[in-house]
Amino acid sequence: MDNLLSIVTFIPLAAAAILLVFLRGDDAAAQRNAKWVALIATTITFLVSLFILAEFDPMNTGMQFVEEREWLLGLQYKMGVDGISVLFVMLTTFMMPLTIAASWDVKHRVKEYMIAFLLLETLMLGVFMALDLVLFYLFFEAGLIPMFLIIGIWGGKNRIYASFKFFLYTFLGSVLMLVAMVAMFADAGTTDIPTLMNHTFASESFSILGVHIVGGLQTLLFLAFFASFAVKMPMWPVHTWLPDAHVQAPTAGSVVLAAILLKMGGYGFLRFSLPMFPIGSEVLTDLVLWMSAIAIVYTSLVALVQEDMKKLIAYSSVAHMGYVTMGIFVVNQQGIDGAIFQMLSHGFISGALFLCVGVIYDRMHTREIDAYGGLVNRMPAYALIFMFFTMANVGLPGTSGFVGEFLTLMGAFQKNTWIAAIATSGVIFSAAYALWLYRRVVMGDLIKESLKTLKDMTPREKWIFAPLVAMTLILGVYPSLVTDIIGPSVEALIANYDTAVAHMADAAHAGDH
Amino acid sequence: MISADLTIVLPEILLAIYAMVALVGAVYTGKDGLAGLLTWVTSLIFVLLAAWIGFGEGGTQTAFNGMYNNDAFSRFAKVTILLSAAAVLVMGQDYMARRNILRFEYPLLVALAVVGMMVMVSAGDLMALYMGLELQSLALYVVASLRRDSVRSTEAGMKYFVLGALSSGLLLYGSSLVYGFAGTTNFAGIIQAVGEGHTPLGLLFGLVFIVSGLAFKVSAVPFHMWTPDVYEGAPTPITAFFATAPKMAAMGLFARVVHDAFGGVVGDWQQIVALLSLLSMYLGAVAAIGQRDIKRLMAYSSIAHMGFALMGLAAGTAFGVQAMLIYMAIYVTMNVGTFAFILSMEKDGMPVSKIDALNMYAKREPGKALAMLILLFSLAGVPPLVGFFGKFYVLRAAYDAGLAWLALAGVIASVIGAFYYLRIVYFMYFGEDQDGLDKNRSPVLSVFLMGSAAAMLFGVINLFGVETLAQVAAAALVN
Repeated sequence: MDNLLSIVTFIPLAAAAILLVFLRGDDAAAQRNAKWVALIATTITFLVSLFILAEFDPMNTGMQFVEEREWLLGLQYKMGVDGISVLFVMLTTFMMPLTIAASWDVKHRVKEYMIAFLLLETLMLGVFMALDLVLFYLFFEAGLIPMFLIIGIWGGKNRIYASFKFFLYTFLGSVLMLVAMVAMFADAGTTDIPTLMNHTFASESFSILGVHIVGGLQTLLFLAFFASFAVKMPMWPVHTWLPDAHVQAPTAGSVVLAAILLKMGGYGFLRFSLPMFPIGSEVLTDLVLWMSAIAIVYTSLVALVQEDMKKLIAYSSVAHMGYVTMGIFVVNQQGIDGAIFQMLSHGFISGALFLCVGVIYDRMHTREIDAYGGLVNRMPAYALIFMFFTMANVGLPGTSGFVGEFLTLMGAFQKNTWIAAIATSGVIFSAAYALWLYRRVVMGDLIKESLKTLKDMTPREKWIFAPLVAMTLILGVYPSLVTDIIGPSVEALIANYDTAVAHMADAAHAGDH
Repeated sequence: MISADLTIVLPEILLAIYAMVALVGAVYTGKDGLAGLLTWVTSLIFVLLAAWIGFGEGGTQTAFNGMYNNDAFSRFAKVTILLSAAAVLVMGQDYMARRNILRFEYPLLVALAVVGMMVMVSAGDLMALYMGLELQSLALYVVASLRRDSVRSTEAGMKYFVLGALSSGLLLYGSSLVYGFAGTTNFAGIIQAVGEGHTPLGLLFGLVFIVSGLAFKVSAVPFHMWTPDVYEGAPTPITAFFATAPKMAAMGLFARVVHDAFGGVVGDWQQIVALLSLLSMYLGAVAAIGQRDIKRLMAYSSIAHMGFALMGLAAGTAFGVQAMLIYMAIYVTMNVGTFAFILSMEKDGMPVSKIDALNMYAKREPGKALAMLILLFSLAGVPPLVGFFGKFYVLRAAYDAGLAWLALAGVIASVIGAFYYLRIVYFMYFGEDQDGLDKNRSPVLSVFLMGSAAAMLFGVINLFGVETLAQVAAAALVN
């Protein structure tokens, strides 16, 4: 299996092509076929991707399953995974069948809907596997097209505004990255990511138009990539597209957005920013850490006053991503392990929370918190599952949410006590908004007339949650499943980073004498 | 000797003879009854010539004492011009026939314009340059006002003529200055005069005037004013023609002049071209936002695209020329598809060009809407579509030439520009249902639309080999 990665990446695309070419009509039978094709294709993708996990060797910190082919302009089609990316690939293939299953009730342009999601899966997998700068950019940017359509066509009332905001915000961030990529290509003469990770970009300070730039080229490149990844992440203060996009997107769109698309930002920091521009990262670490700390506290407080359930969860996502950026930029083993762990766990938990909202939205067609109350009387199973994921979101020990938060906080504490202290207060806020949400929606007496005929979850809905509950619990009680895989790669990453920074410090020291 | 020279310009001579013979023939026989036939025949001849030039012998030859070049660069440009002109002729035939404006002069004037373009991209002398340019322009002025009974069409032709004449005047004045200070009109002579240490100020003056005249032809800001009006006023098939072949020819000529004649003083024209590029990208992006008419929008879009192509040229390197050629080839392909779509926009048999007429188009014609969606994202430069690679090449060229600021400005302009392409997508996919456009009946238009979209999609694999061809072409021009 020399091209296992390509097979995994392109199975969904092939299924999308089959739907596009062969499926005709828009009657009930055609809709059913479209759903089944999508479900089967994503499931097969997941099963095949298990081979990647099975054959992956965690102790090898280099790229594995590498495929390489010539492409245009000296670029290559090069794919591969290492300890950092392999689990994101698995997260994507794991979440997609659930997402498709969660969209079973879509009635409007079903075929196009399924095509958009299948296309999106290919592009997301490509992002995590690409080992060529331009190939990465290709997958990274192309994902905007299906997501733009998903929000715009199947979204809520204000979908137009949300889809344009989503597209233009992220597009602006990533074209700056494109210029940086051109600069790297010119500087290093290659776009091969493993080579670039070992390439030292110039870090001599210089001035542009009178502005003195410490760290020189590396800082500029770092900033350009940062513009892209910070928007994607999203970090405060460029997070404002996310609540709009989440609220307007259909349930499955929100799940993909929260569970996978947001992870591209964090993955980008680990794949590009830290290994390629260590000096630039070092120069700007404090800025990023403070931004993360502000994000955690500020967006938690914002979440507290939301009246729309999806918006509340969206702000909570921003806060949780704050832990991720904090963990990444403290650059120590606990921090980065924790950040990756947090990203995976957030994928399961926030995905599940959006699904929870979807369950009642499908019944009541509103996301207003005030429209609910006392659901536990009619929907006990739902109340249980929602409770579980609320607790996981808060970071209850025993769930995966706890491990990620704890590790990142531990990493942060070693670097900067203030940041860690501020971030820890976020844990309390998150308990406040999450539990209050739960209390208002599920607890209390069932007074509202409209809610009195509600039915509990169907078996299909329960089955969708089962794997998510399992993953959240397993990772919560046995985190070394993850840390064993990512550990060696993270260690190598940190070692390279420290060497580069130490080298720089030596050089600066020598310059002083 | 003369026979050798004639062999080199044989394609142009044959095309010119064909146009003249057909003109006389049609006047004395069937007149407009032959127009349909002539359109097909002319396209066929374009395709055959393109094949002849494209697959013919390589190498570099010059004719008439260096007045005329036949090299890889001119061949690349000619093939692009011929193929796009052939495509546009065939596409517009049905549209023009149904509005009774398919006159027999139309394909023949286009053929003459194409002769002019072929001369332009092969020019090795200021005289040849001017001759080609005027042959092209005069034919285009007439074509723009082909719809004689329409005020807008005649107005478009008139505006184009007056402003075009002005630009020709600028160009001629520049040429006279260059001749005066260099003592020759031959590019090879000029480059020697320029290269002798210090360049006389008069020569630089001439350069600036020539560049202004050329900027007019590529519709670069601040010489773009005619473009939106002419695009909107001219009948759509003719707009489609304006947006494709003449742009390629003008860019080819631009590259020839700055490299063949002024290749020694890159620094002197680089700033001008970079500024033209910057202004075009931003004006094209910003001014298009408010447009409600798709033809006018495409005019601003073409201004923005010319800005990007000029960015490649501004690099002043062989790679820059290569990037420009790739960009132009992609641009022309995208525009053929987009105009095939615009030509098919009709309501009750009348052409429509308001964007909001596309409301929920995707529901009625999913296949065509999808093809147009691909083209629009490609025009916006979103990967993995081929439009992105065009941008990537010019950005790379600009960055390598030390124009990082221009590259940075360019990508930001492309984000602004993305907005109006997305607006069309918005109407097609997210709009409100209303009385739709007619079902498109023309299979020819569908073929071009689908073909162009497919090229944008599958070009990601290897750009159909255009990269290597453009590289050879650029190497022939810059050495």
